[in-house]
Amino acid sequence: MIEVKHVKKVFGKLEVLKDVSVEVKDGEVVVILGPSGSGKTTLLRCINFLENADSGELTVGDIQVDFKKASKKEILAIRRKTSFVFQNYNLFANKTAIENVMEGLVTARRIPKEIAQKRAKEALNWVGLSDKYDYYPSQLSGGQQQRVGIARAFVLDPEVILFDEPTSALDPELVGETLEIIKKVAEKGITMIVVTHEMSFAQEVADKVIFMDGGVVVEEGPPEEIFTNPKEERTKQFLSRIISLEPTYSI
Amino acid sequence: MDWKKTGNLLKPLVPWLIPALIIILWYLTTLPGMNNTLMPSPDKVLIRTVDMIGNGQLLEYITVSAGRAGKGLLLGGLIGLLLAFMTGLNRGLDLTLNTTIQMLRTIPVLAAISLMIIWFGIGERVKVYMVAFGVFFPIYINTYHGIKTIDKGLMEMGRVYGLSKVKILTEIILPGALPSILVGFKLSLGTMWLLLIASEQIATDAGIGYMAMSARELMQMDKILLSIILYAILGKLSDAAAGFLDRKLIRWREV
Repeated sequence: MIEVKHVKKVFGKLEVLKDVSVEVKDGEVVVILGPSGSGKTTLLRCINFLENADSGELTVGDIQVDFKKASKKEILAIRRKTSFVFQNYNLFANKTAIENVMEGLVTARRIPKEIAQKRAKEALNWVGLSDKYDYYPSQLSGGQQQRVGIARAFVLDPEVILFDEPTSALDPELVGETLEIIKKVAEKGITMIVVTHEMSFAQEVADKVIFMDGGVVVEEGPPEEIFTNPKEERTKQFLSRIISLEPTYSI
Repeated sequence: MDWKKTGNLLKPLVPWLIPALIIILWYLTTLPGMNNTLMPSPDKVLIRTVDMIGNGQLLEYITVSAGRAGKGLLLGGLIGLLLAFMTGLNRGLDLTLNTTIQMLRTIPVLAAISLMIIWFGIGERVKVYMVAFGVFFPIYINTYHGIKTIDKGLMEMGRVYGLSKVKILTEIILPGALPSILVGFKLSLGTMWLLLIASEQIATDAGIGYMAMSARELMQMDKILLSIILYAILGKLSDAAAGFLDRKLIRWREV
């Protein structure tokens, strides 16, 4: 279970997160929606300590920490339980696909190379890249690179995978194949928090949708409720704006 | 006859057409009857070359010059690399040192030659130090730039996946800065030969520069020309070596 309680974050004078609390149950897929600048990416980054929140509490599985007082050891322990999929993939350009997937296993988890290699291969097969083990990122399309990124997150067997706008940097025709892989991860029953703009994905895959705006959670609930019957005015406005703009992808 | 095939075979020769033409023109303008005191004929240069290979002078001069260049490059390059890693990775050192180094960079290196002679005399040392001083800047600046422009996303990824500081250095910073370091290396090769030529003309008793200087005093045009050709060949060779390193070290960049 992931629980964020009363997290606050200020950048200079800008209050990015104003007392946000979020709860994610085991195996749940939570999609965070909201306009840019709503604080959704910052929230995700705080959970992984890529951003140091100013106050609040965080629970990941059996570890409970205060954002402000977390020790290096606690941060490391939380990072071990989480994986992150970046918007810009962030793959090692000088390593092949399989080496990228193995890296976390070998260096951070200290798993022997042969076992790491076997697991990396399984993960790459699973995301449909069985013929691309030895390709460098520059030889792969954006969608394929992001699939390597997903395999890398998935292979660590984390308690939760955090997705930070995983399809925002992709060409439109590659968004579908990437969402399909993320859906496959969700079907495995792994807990996921996904920040995205893909409404149809949220509708289809999410167990819970959280709508954020201006650094607060405006509304949360199951997708059918949020999409068909939003209670808050801000949610209605956002959805009508987005849905009229959104192209449709089949996933 | 298969013209396409012949064309493909001749293709590698095309870049050499103009040099060949120049040599032919050179030969024609220095034929007997023409005034050739200021420009020796190619065959004279060739004879001089064979001559100097024969008595071992040529090899000796090349070894001496290449040795100076290599020592200077090693010295200046290592200091440049080391300092760039210090200022690139440590904010305090960056703040205290970088401005000074960037300021020194604007001095034309050749302007320092008088100072260097007084400090280090006219022996071997001054030549190595001049080269070192010159190659330091391109290597320092490009390495520093390479480290400073490393993808922040990759650094974050390293932190998220729990890589240690050493691993982040060897797996992210070093490969990330390598293309830029190699650019600095290539630029420094050009500076290296330039400074070597300048400093070898100060006062020497060996090296290609000495060969050119002594030939000037005796009006041996063929020898002067030979020394220029030698510098050109050495320059081209070092360029090729840098290109080879480039392809070997960062093969993942291509495609």
